[in-house]
Amino acid sequence: MVDVTPADAVPPAEVGEMELYHPHSWWTKYVFSQDAKVIAIQYSATATAIGLVALVLSWLMRLQLGFPGTFDFITPEAYYQFITMHGMIMVIYLLTALFLGGFGNYLIPLMVGARDMVFPYVNMLSYWVYLLAVLVLVSSFFAPGGPTGAGWTLYPPQAIMTGTPGGNDWGIILMLSSLILFIIGFTMGGLNYVVTVLQGRTRGMTLMRLPLTVWGIFTATVMALLAFPALFVACVMMLLDRLLGTSFFMPAIVEMGQQLQHSGGSPILFQHLFWFFGHPEVYIVALPAFGIVSDLISTHARKNIFGYRMMVWAIIAIGALSFVVWAHHMYVSGMHPYFGFFFATTTLIIAVPTAIKVYNWVLTLWRGDIHLSIPMLFALAFIVTFVNGGLTGLFLGNVVVDVPLSDTMFVVAHFHMVMGVAPILVIFGAIYHWYPKVTGRMLDETLGQFHFWVTFLGAYLIFFPMHYIGLIGVPRRYAELTDMTIMTESAHHLNSFISIIAFLVGFAQMVFLFNLIWSIRHGREAGGNPWRATTLEWQTPQTPPAHGNFGKELPIVYRWAYDYSVPGAKEDFIPQNVPGDFRPTREPA
Amino acid sequence: MAETTLTHTSQLDRPEGWRGIAADWASDQRAFKNVSWGKAMMWIFLLSDTFIFGCFLLSYMTARMSTRVPWPNPSKVFALHIGGSEVPLILIAIMTFVLISSSGTMAMAVNFGYRRDRRKTAILMLLTAALGATFVGMQAFEWTKLITEGVRPWGNPWGAAQFGSCFFMITGFHGTHVTIGVIFLIIVARKVWRGDFDTGRPGFFTSRRGHYENVEIMGLYWHFVDLVWVFIFAFFYLW
Repeated sequence: MVDVTPADAVPPAEVGEMELYHPHSWWTKYVFSQDAKVIAIQYSATATAIGLVALVLSWLMRLQLGFPGTFDFITPEAYYQFITMHGMIMVIYLLTALFLGGFGNYLIPLMVGARDMVFPYVNMLSYWVYLLAVLVLVSSFFAPGGPTGAGWTLYPPQAIMTGTPGGNDWGIILMLSSLILFIIGFTMGGLNYVVTVLQGRTRGMTLMRLPLTVWGIFTATVMALLAFPALFVACVMMLLDRLLGTSFFMPAIVEMGQQLQHSGGSPILFQHLFWFFGHPEVYIVALPAFGIVSDLISTHARKNIFGYRMMVWAIIAIGALSFVVWAHHMYVSGMHPYFGFFFATTTLIIAVPTAIKVYNWVLTLWRGDIHLSIPMLFALAFIVTFVNGGLTGLFLGNVVVDVPLSDTMFVVAHFHMVMGVAPILVIFGAIYHWYPKVTGRMLDETLGQFHFWVTFLGAYLIFFPMHYIGLIGVPRRYAELTDMTIMTESAHHLNSFISIIAFLVGFAQMVFLFNLIWSIRHGREAGGNPWRATTLEWQTPQTPPAHGNFGKELPIVYRWAYDYSVPGAKEDFIPQNVPGDFRPTREPA
Repeated sequence: MAETTLTHTSQLDRPEGWRGIAADWASDQRAFKNVSWGKAMMWIFLLSDTFIFGCFLLSYMTARMSTRVPWPNPSKVFALHIGGSEVPLILIAIMTFVLISSSGTMAMAVNFGYRRDRRKTAILMLLTAALGATFVGMQAFEWTKLITEGVRPWGNPWGAAQFGSCFFMITGFHGTHVTIGVIFLIIVARKVWRGDFDTGRPGFFTSRRGHYENVEIMGLYWHFVDLVWVFIFAFFYLW
């Protein structure tokens, strides 16, 4: 029995050295690589590429909404297809894949002090199955009838009926197949992330010393492993309805004057399955953003994160609560009032841990040494945007307020602010922050400033007016709004205004892409730790880190990830692997 | 690699109560002491898979409870005509018996694996695979019988159309799990037979050395598939 633990006591290694797969050829080094860092870049590149498709789709939608009747090639059918693919790509193939497959793969092994993910081969398969899912998705653009136009929620019965684009053609089949593939691929990666965090940490790295980035990605992955099954089952059942003529989701229904063979299915069942996945999905995207933004703020404000322990518990609480709120997406589907009451209550309770996080970010900034670097700018923008989007969430969480606002542009504005713009801002901040580690060079600062201000202000110019348009009752998912009495002249002008800003913001993203490519060769040399950060990924012997991450010896962790500006210390940061007496007073046990 | 080594067992001061539980979970290097990476991964995968089967079964129950058309009586549908009388659920009973027995042989294989008895381990694993294949074979027989009687995914002669759809979907998905299990049982049995786990021969794709623990991880999957069958049996056939 040991009674007193010496300050620098590090327990012996519990697990032997990891056997790494050493690449033998160019193919196994850069293409079929089992190195999590290469897989991360593959994931990110693929997600960005398909994200660009979704960006173009949003431009096409804005063309139609801002200047109705001007563009003949945007038929109502095409408009629905744009909406559907834009939503699905952004939520699943871009945000989920980028946060978990991209940042997860790059940061988890480096931040927990591991050589690689625990099962690199399975990790590699995960990417290739994801790529296949993306290719199947893209192929639906070229299939007869085009991609599905059922809306990203794919609600039956309309999703598989003739009137809906792709409903009676290949569109919906390819969409569902692609989702099934995505879930299979994600599961392979997700198991890796979870086991690496739980079982693959270096000596001294307790869970309560993990950077919050890892906590966010870890919790989101656990949630994804429990939420994606519902989507998987829903996709399988809808595929059977469409291909084999079963009636899981299809009631007796008339199509084009013809009674269909279906009978007795429940469309509401699909909604339950979909939103049991769909609501956690919001937090699968948000929690990694929460984690990353915590680290960005702490590093660039040179101050330890305020209330680390509460931050961790808030992440876990949000993750758990998000599984019992799903039916707030279904208030207008018809439900027993008591259920509405229950789901409204649980929904509003989520505001508590979320508010804790926001207060802690602000308190971290308070009297910090704030460097207005590009990552910090994006982090600050995230806090404001997230609070904005979150507040409208309180409107929509209440049944009585939701019912009139449901299916208006107000909802569109809400979820774009809270789970579109906010996480994307974090992604940008994170790319500016970690790009030097991935490439060894800094991104260009001037282009970065341009990118930030156009994106941040532009997002507000786009989505603030949209709240107003929604409040006056303009419905979403309508291709043509010209002849409606609620569409006042001012609403028309606002729509044109939003469209023009949307093009400008989209253009700023091209500048960002240019910066990404240009800086690989021409950026300023970064060195190993340009932000003077404490976490392990900045302490690697090489930049970019080599295969195996840490050279001969794995680092040993002596402290939490937030030793910034410790009184009495020589530097204003102490990396996690530095032993010594400067122990913070606030570090959790 | 993550071998099951008992190295660090020193008793540090842990706080009491909930804080102690949190500190245990959050402890250094590994949350679950003496659980290898492979075993942890299999457990978490099974948790995820539980949610898949859970969603399938809940959807089936929803369909069954909300339909206004009478649900066919499983005791009659799944009866076999043997010796001049209808024996209800006889085939399902045999299938269940076969699958549960295969769990027994699997457990024995794990035991002999840890004793490094190559021959017995491999034979018992192959026996498990054979029982699993028998199960799938009998399922194929059952499917054929129902199809010849007119049961289709979109309808059947006796009542609610969802009977056939749920039956084919759930047993099909479970049967796929069993089939995958049989394939991997044969692969692992071959590795055991060849002595890969004694010589530390690296895997073809992963270049990782295998261990006899792989037999146990395989067993976890197999027992899970059996357990799922018990629920399908209870909810689909006995209800």
